[in-house]
Order: sequence, then C-alpha cells, then structure tokens
Amino acid sequence: MKLFAILFTKMPGSRHFCVILELITMSLIEVHNLCKIYKNGTETPALCGMSFDIQEGEFVAVMGPSGSGKSTLLHILGFLDRQTSGGYRFMGKTIDDYSKNKIAHLRNKKFGFVFQAFNLLPRTNVLENVKLPLFYSGIKESKWNEMAKKAIEAVELGHRLYHDSSQLSGGEKQRVAIARALVNNPQVIFADEPTGNLDSKSGELIVGIIQRLNEERGHTVILITHETYTAEHAQRIITVKDGRIETDTKIHHRHEAKDGFRK
Amino acid sequence: MNLKYSLKTALRGLNTNKSRSALTILGIVIGVMAIIIIMSLGKAAQNLILGQIQSIGSKVIAIVPGRQPKGPTDIFSTFADSLKQRDLESLQSKNNVPHLNKLMPVVFGSESLVYGSETYRSTIFGVNDLFAKIYDLEPSEGRNFTEEEIKGYTDVVIIGSKVKEELFGNSDALGEKIKIKGRNFRIIGILPKKGQFSFLNFDETSIIPYTTAQQYIFGIKYFHRLVVEVDDEANIGQTVENIKITLRNNHDIEDISKDDFFVETQADAMNIVSTVTNILTLFLAAVAAISLIVGGIGIMNIMLVSVTERTREIGLRKAVGATDRDILLQFLLESVSLTAIGSIIGIALGGLFSFLISIILSQILNLQWPFAFPVSAALLGLGVAAFVGLIFGIYPARKASLKSPIDALRYE
Repeated sequence: MKLFAILFTKMPGSRHFCVILELITMSLIEVHNLCKIYKNGTETPALCGMSFDIQEGEFVAVMGPSGSGKSTLLHILGFLDRQTSGGYRFMGKTIDDYSKNKIAHLRNKKFGFVFQAFNLLPRTNVLENVKLPLFYSGIKESKWNEMAKKAIEAVELGHRLYHDSSQLSGGEKQRVAIARALVNNPQVIFADEPTGNLDSKSGELIVGIIQRLNEERGHTVILITHETYTAEHAQRIITVKDGRIETDTKIHHRHEAKDGFRK
Repeated sequence: MNLKYSLKTALRGLNTNKSRSALTILGIVIGVMAIIIIMSLGKAAQNLILGQIQSIGSKVIAIVPGRQPKGPTDIFSTFADSLKQRDLESLQSKNNVPHLNKLMPVVFGSESLVYGSETYRSTIFGVNDLFAKIYDLEPSEGRNFTEEEIKGYTDVVIIGSKVKEELFGNSDALGEKIKIKGRNFRIIGILPKKGQFSFLNFDETSIIPYTTAQQYIFGIKYFHRLVVEVDDEANIGQTVENIKITLRNNHDIEDISKDDFFVETQADAMNIVSTVTNILTLFLAAVAAISLIVGGIGIMNIMLVSVTERTREIGLRKAVGATDRDILLQFLLESVSLTAIGSIIGIALGGLFSFLISIILSQILNLQWPFAFPVSAALLGLGVAAFVGLIFGIYPARKASLKSPIDALRYE
C-alpha cells in the first residue's frame, strides 16, 4: 500500500493508473495489528496484534476455542463493531471512512451474515425472511420476490417458500439464513458458527452449501468454527488463541462436501 | 426503505400480539370516544338552545336593567331597578321609538301557590298578553289575558302543566281559584307541556298580569325586563338606537359608559350562548384529552416492552443493512398505527354513543334533542391521538434505533 501511495504522490497527473494498480494488488481485507479491548470496569483484551490479508474469492476458516476472540474478529470485519486500535481496511477503506448510514448500506450490499442462532423473524414465512435485506436495499419492490426466490433456490428450499420459519428443521432454518445473506449478492459472507446448533449431518450440508457458493459464485467466505472437520472445508485456516493468531495455513486436502449435498 | 412495506411490517408487529395491542389502544379508544361524545353533545345542546332563541323571533329586543355584565360578579347588577313605568310610557310613544310594535314588561320571582291543602312553589312570571306570541306558547286550555285584565290589575293566572298536575292532579283546574300571597287568583288558562326552554321551564311557571305582580305580589315599582317587538326585522338596529336614546334621556345619562340598562337582540343572545357553550365544550374536551395522555403513557410502556423483546430482531435488521433511521421509523410507525387505529375505533364508538344518548335525552327531557356529529371533533380526536402516538413513541423508538447491532444480536 505504501508503495502505491508514493506512486500517487509522485505522479499526480496519472491518477487512473494508480487506482488501477491499487485495485489489482489490493487485498479485499487487510488487517494490521488489530486490537480490541472491552472496557467493563476492567480492561479485557479480546484481540491483540492480529495481522492478515484475505483476497477476494478466498474461503477462510477462523478456528479457535470459545473466548479466543474469533467472534469479535468477525464483528469487526463485518463493520458491526469497531476495533480499539490497529488497522482494518475493507476494499482499502477503514470504518472511519464511512458514515453510519454508509456502513449500514455496506452491510446491506457487500456483506452477508449467517449466525449460529439463525435469527429468523418469528411467525414469518421463508420468502419474507429472505426478503428482509431487500427492504433496506433501495431496490424496487417489484424485483424483491424474484431475487428472494432465486436465493432460496440456491439453497434448494424452493419447496418451502411459504412455510413459517418456526416449522422448519434446524438445517432448513440455517439454509434460509444463508439465502437471506445471499439475496443481495454480497461480496463477503460472514458465517459465525453456522453449524454450531446443528447435528453433524445438517452441519455438513450447510458447510457444503457455503463451499459451493464460494466455488461457483465466487463469494468470499469467512467462516468461524471450533470444529476442525468443518474448518477443513475451507482453503485456508487461521487459528486464534487468546486474541492472537496461532497459525495461518493453506489446506491442501480440503473436504469436498459437494457430493454430500444431494437429496 | 419504502413506506408501504414499513407500514406492513409495523402492522404485522402489532398483529403478533393482538390482545396486547388491543388492551394498549383501549386508553386511546376511551379518550377519543370521550372527546367525540362531549363535543357532539355540546354541539347538540348549542343547536337546541340556539333553535329556541331563534323561535322567539328575530324581531324581539330585550331591555335589561343595570350595567351589561362584564364578568361573573356583575351578575348582581341585573337586579337593578332602573326600568320604571315612566320608561314604559316613553318607549311606547311613536315619537321616541317609531318602529316599536308591541312592548311586554316582565317581572318575576318565586311564590307559593295554595289550592285547598296543596301547596306548590312556582316561578311567578308577570307579563302581558304578548308572551304567548313571543314564546310561541298559547294556552292549551282556556285563554290568554285580555288587555283589560292587564290594565285592571286583575287576579287571573295562567298555569304551567306541572303546576296544574301538582295542585289539581287529574281534576279540572280551569275556573278554579288558587291563593298567591293571600289573594285569590282565578285560573283562566293552562299551558301545554313544553319542557325546558333555554333557561326557563314554563311547565313549572305561573303567569299573571305584570300589573298585579308588581302591585300585589312583589310590591315593586320597576321591571326586570322590557321586551320589545319591532314591526320589521330590518328596523332592529335603528330601534335599538332609539331605545337607548329614549332611556338615556329619561335617566339623564350623558356618558354612554354610565348606562344603567342594556339592550339585547336575538343576535346578541345567540352570540352569548354560542360563546358560553363553546367554551364549556372545549373545556370538557380538554379534560377528556387528558385521558389521551394517560393512554399515550400506556403505549410508551408497551412499546418499551416490545423493543426489549425484539432486541435480537433489531440486531438482525441492523446486520442486514437497516440504518438507525429505519429502525426508528419502524417503531414509530407501530406506535402511531396503534393510536390511529384506536382513535378510529374511538370516533366510531363516540358517534354511536352520542347518537344513543341523543335518543335517550329526547325521551327523558321530552325535547327534540338534535343529534350532531361534529367533523371537527373527529379530526381533533384523530389528530391528537396521532400526536400522542408520535410523542410517546419517540422515546422507545429512539431507544431501539440506538441499540448496537452486536449487543442486540447477543441478547438472550
């Protein structure tokens, strides 16, 4: 980044060149020396001195025991929370470069969140649940149904459109949540322990869907889990302990869940 | 964020807690209903009184002794004794008041009527034969006074229907004699049942010649009122001026502000009645509006509960891109929808109840009680209720909008 900044200042007349160069070489997510300290009377460091980059289209699993700071990391990466110190750039910009409304817009358009507890709206059917992000998107209402149905089909729940969310099984609920995360075609999908509340079979199904979305549709995926098996579906695993990165390794023999996702 | 979808979301939110929403809006329903009923009945009462004043006829002018009352304490000045026999004569002269058609002096008070062993305390009204025309009240049995009876200080009486009932029951009263202040009065007429007439109830009244009333009953030399009938409506203004000049001349008054009488036309009376009833109605409506504030507090309470209950939903909405404003609007729309629905129900119930009350009042008071549904009251109720929803919805909605998404998502 520094190099390009110098290029920019030295060649003020050729801005386009610089911007293009930046786009080619810039990582989607750049984390540098990231720290998060919770202040509740005493100071509790949740993250300290984390640095890593994530490229567009990567599938990264963040692993670690509970309390290791992995959820905090995901919240910061998803602009749901703010770091105490250090730098985090998404597409070259920090959270302070955006207004509150811009951040909401970013979460709507660029990010998709999948939570452990699904967080579906109660007493609301599948279609309406998936339409929720569109409500805040500024997209014309006439297109909502089509977009939502497409996302629901991508998780193969087309036969459950008008079922109430409470009538679904855990695995189906999580698939609805994934469809909801997908509906605006986001750049990054953040999945926070998506298989944590599921049995191993449904869990595998879910992680299979996530893997397929990454491979076929090119969504960047950041998956948080404490299960090694789930993590091994990713291309790369970052293990976190006590707020620090322990290891950051590429996986050579990934689990391919593709075949598992067949009815 | 589009409004139609927001409204749908808000209504769905209310729908999931039907019985709670229903109980919450009860306060608003009752408040708006009270406003509608009060304003409707107020309007009806006003119409009734105005109608009665109008029935007296627009050709009538009342001269009242004393200064014009400017405040509640001035009311005693109406008992002043400035109108005398001399004024009566001057006013009747065509030179002074050319358009005067007829004049009715009025004295009144309260006396006991005695018939055999029966006693009844009644309002005594001392007038002349003109009263039947002015109050549209011909005797249903017997006859009116003759001019000779008036001039001759005769002891004759026309009694109201209630007086007749109290003293005679079902037996015949016409031609009988009753005692007032020891004098024997012959009953020459009986009035039909009329009910309350603005501030008078003729059913409980006994009418005698003013001459007799002044001389033998009350022992006074002045009049409580002089009622003038003008030959034509168009001459009212000029006649009022003529009367004033004549009386000032009689009473040696040069400074207008020292007038010891005042003149009231039908238009004046209607204005006064309108003002009084309007103020009264508005005052009562304002009291009713206080119940809306209480209802508003109930709404705020429930919205706060709802915000806490739906903390996770708020967190989720923010995670998928809702701005603070979106959340604020959603909850504000919920509270305003609550009050709007409440006020619409309140308006409907208020209209229904005022209609029923108007029927009941017509039966009880034996009057043609008019039903009125003022649109202004409905608009006022709707407006105030929406305002209450907005004011009491802001705090919970703001609280919701300021929740941090991760705290909200973590909330158990």
